Amino acid sequence: MTRRSRPAPRHAGARHVVASLIAASLAFPAVAETVTVVTSFPKELTAAYKKAFEARYPNDKLEILNKNTAAGIAFVREQPVGSRPEIFWASAPDAFEVLSASKLLQKTDAQNPAVPARIGNYPINDPEGFYFGQALAGYGIMWNTRYFAANKLPEPKEWADLVNPVYHGHVAISSPSRSGTTHLTVETILQGEGWDKGWGQLLGIAGNCAAITERSFGVPDGVASGQFGVGLVIDFFGLAARNSGMPVEFVYPSVTSIVPANIALVAGSKAPEAGKRFIQYTLSDEGQALLLDKQISRLPVLPATYAKAPAGYPNPFSGKIHAKVNFDSNLSESRYYVVVALFDQLITFRHKELAAATKAIQDAQKRLGTRTSPQLDEARRLVFTPPVDEKQAGDPALLATFRADKKDTDASKRRAQIEEEWASKAKANYARALDLANAVK
Amino acid sequence: MTAVVGGVRAAPGNPAGAAGGGAWLLALPVAAFLVVFLAWPVATVLYTAFADGQGGFTTGHIGAFLSISLMREAFVNSLLVSLGSAAFATLIAVPLAYLTVRFEFRGAALVQTLGVLPLVMPPFVGAVALQLLFGRNGSVNLLLSEAFGVRIPFMDGLNGVIFVEGLHYFPFILLNLVAALRNIDGAMEEAAQNLGSHGFRLFRRVVFPLAAPGFVAGAALVFVKVFDDLGTPLVLNVTNMLAPQAYLRITSVGLEDPIGYVIALVMVVFSIAALALAAQITKGRDYATLTRGGTALSRRPLAGWGAVLAYGWVLLVLALVLSPHVGLLLLSLAKVWSFSVLPDGYTLQHYAVVLTESSHMIGNTLLYCTLAAGIDVALGTAIAYLLLRTRLPGRQWLDWGASAALAIPGIVLAIGFLRAFRGIELPLVGGALTATWIAIMLAYAVRRLPYAVRACVAALQQVHASLEEAAQSLGANRRRTARRIVIPLMMGGILAGFVTSFITAAVELSATILLTTSESQAPLSYGIYLYNQSIATRGPAAALGIIAVVIVALGTYASHRLLEARAGGARLAVDTE
Repeated sequence: MTRRSRPAPRHAGARHVVASLIAASLAFPAVAETVTVVTSFPKELTAAYKKAFEARYPNDKLEILNKNTAAGIAFVREQPVGSRPEIFWASAPDAFEVLSASKLLQKTDAQNPAVPARIGNYPINDPEGFYFGQALAGYGIMWNTRYFAANKLPEPKEWADLVNPVYHGHVAISSPSRSGTTHLTVETILQGEGWDKGWGQLLGIAGNCAAITERSFGVPDGVASGQFGVGLVIDFFGLAARNSGMPVEFVYPSVTSIVPANIALVAGSKAPEAGKRFIQYTLSDEGQALLLDKQISRLPVLPATYAKAPAGYPNPFSGKIHAKVNFDSNLSESRYYVVVALFDQLITFRHKELAAATKAIQDAQKRLGTRTSPQLDEARRLVFTPPVDEKQAGDPALLATFRADKKDTDASKRRAQIEEEWASKAKANYARALDLANAVK
Repeated sequence: MTAVVGGVRAAPGNPAGAAGGGAWLLALPVAAFLVVFLAWPVATVLYTAFADGQGGFTTGHIGAFLSISLMREAFVNSLLVSLGSAAFATLIAVPLAYLTVRFEFRGAALVQTLGVLPLVMPPFVGAVALQLLFGRNGSVNLLLSEAFGVRIPFMDGLNGVIFVEGLHYFPFILLNLVAALRNIDGAMEEAAQNLGSHGFRLFRRVVFPLAAPGFVAGAALVFVKVFDDLGTPLVLNVTNMLAPQAYLRITSVGLEDPIGYVIALVMVVFSIAALALAAQITKGRDYATLTRGGTALSRRPLAGWGAVLAYGWVLLVLALVLSPHVGLLLLSLAKVWSFSVLPDGYTLQHYAVVLTESSHMIGNTLLYCTLAAGIDVALGTAIAYLLLRTRLPGRQWLDWGASAALAIPGIVLAIGFLRAFRGIELPLVGGALTATWIAIMLAYAVRRLPYAVRACVAALQQVHASLEEAAQSLGANRRRTARRIVIPLMMGGILAGFVTSFITAAVELSATILLTTSESQAPLSYGIYLYNQSIATRGPAAALGIIAVVIVALGTYASHRLLEARAGGARLAVDTE
């Protein structure tokens, strides 16, 4: 695109000029290049990298294109070879899987060898070398302290706490079909608690929710402004909001997973060498330290960088954040579409009914006190049990149906049929449970 | 009803009606624009609804769509919300328009200007601001729960969507209705009064029917716009409507889901049907009046309780209508605003941030939107003329084609642009078409064309063909008649179309995000989106939003003054005769 030429620095002696020219040609190539970065990251993060990178490599120019992940993928895909952006930089690991499956990523050896191979059980870099972890992100619970004080709510510590009736109507989560990180949290709960218990917990939390937000940012935004009391968020949203003076708190629950946010070189870009330079820079000690800024508050992938962090900064390498779950990414990937579809059919699209049934069950239990009632147990079973058990969910035929190319008409029809089954069953169950619970005296 | 309207029927067979070579010359570029920048790009995307994965044709996806109960529910919800929003918008717009045009109303220009402001808010920004005021823990509900222990769910579920959409889109009705009311010949009203008609009966039997094209055009726009709107339901987290379902299925990360494209197709077809219905309602009746300018509707003085009631009502409505702007203004000045009636403290720092970092975006928006709105009114005037004054075969298709753009989701159009124009280099500027701002500008022009077309058609519907016949019998040729008679008489509608296209293009987001290829060429709406991506920059986002509102307010006010000046000039000319 634009080629910037820099006036040569003036030096006293010719020897200096020659020396500096040689040094310059070693440090960066003779021609100036533009690195275009497609990213879903907020401006304060990209602005910090732009400033620091251009100061470090004065001949390079960094052009940031902020697009949400889905629009970013579409943008890269629709550009002709040779004029694609250089870098794709985003959180959702599945976005990189899609890009690499569409042959839109280029292998490069830009990784920093000082970055460990794994965080917990999760590989930080793509085993095939198409993309690299650039920062770490964990999911946690964020709440608004003013909201909590006004509604006299106790501070939560674990996901399971959010099932408690006191939180009814105060919680918010996003849908895993919209946010890769929410999917990882859902999968973490399913793997940590087991399929049935995990779904029971998810349905219980969702039944307490005021809203299932469309964007993952909708949760921290709503909690920060006090529309919701508490929500499931990516750590940096919580930490950055707290650090910029909002009345919020954030904790990592013990069942959590820490996963990398990635960066990759796009195949068919204009300036792959300059792109590689940028990746190397973001993984260098200098580039990693930028993440510690209080408005950014992300977790570096380079363990040494934590030495520069302020006191109290969470360090996933120190073992202080307990990631109890041994995350099985193969299992997660194999059933991705099934889990996502189940969540949307049972929760996202039926949220009103689910919340009403949950409320009725909680009220019935309040009326009963410590007594039990077979009717109420039945209502609970109806609401908090998934329509498929773990074995059915792992059925290769079902998985194949959901993984099939959606343009395949037969698979698409079968899939619509199965989803329809789940949806109508959920709707009927919620209605039945509502009646049962209301009838409990 | 038609008896009341009276007048000579503007039969399609009038002398100006022959489909001469001139009509073809006018129609061809319009058709070419629609095909190249609307039909072709959209077709490159929508064919997915019929593709079976092996390059063949199938209707299986449509069958799958119909078998999903969620889709049927979404369709009904979309329909209910669209009708509800149109009704709510009517409730707001009709009194505002009627009171300010028919009575000697102080600050009429101000009211009509302020009334247009909601359009300039990108829906997601407006909804954010409304959440802070009317949300579960917005200022109003915090005050209510403190005082009475109750909360009103303004913003919950489908009702919330109707509330926000009605507030957002009622200006469509207001703009069109004001233009229509101004065009009514005062003699009609006087005649009715002489025959003993007064008050509400006069309004119901004479004034409103005469203004009906404007109202129906506006209400149809609201209906279709709400039917297609994505931003508001998404911000309110309502997903069981058609547009969100299409969006969720098209943009979920991974393989493309053909059902999403089937929904898009259903929306296109249904929107066109709704507009056709609106056209059918106003068709077969004659709304044209012979005289213009000199004898506008008489403005009556307001006195006594009537005045108190009128001003009270207008103030109440304005307070509601302007609440998103008040919320946005507060947010743009707030230090921290969380779970409290008002922000904790105030600062001007957000404006400083925006003006140092992103001032170029303001200029970009002005440039792109002026050009896009200019293209729109040029095409809109041409389409209106072809539609109402010629018998060109297929002229209706131009209207339908242009209106179809309403129903094309921005993301579909943008992907279509990227696909259709891939590799097309621009000769003068250099570089690919899709890599420059020209693509953004053209996308705006396509997406906002329906507004201009509706406004221009409504304006021309009110110009009686006899005026042209008179000009022609005095020896003016067709072109001169159009230039000296038709276009000046339509100017109010054209200007309304320009303003609507301009200000709605200024806040277009879905296509903008996809088509923006560099920050230096990015428009204001992209900046608002960008700053809205994190909690720390919500303040600057609001500041940028306020700047956008101010720009549009100034533009609207200026065009309003222009209209007033023109009307005054016409009256003067009559007086001197």
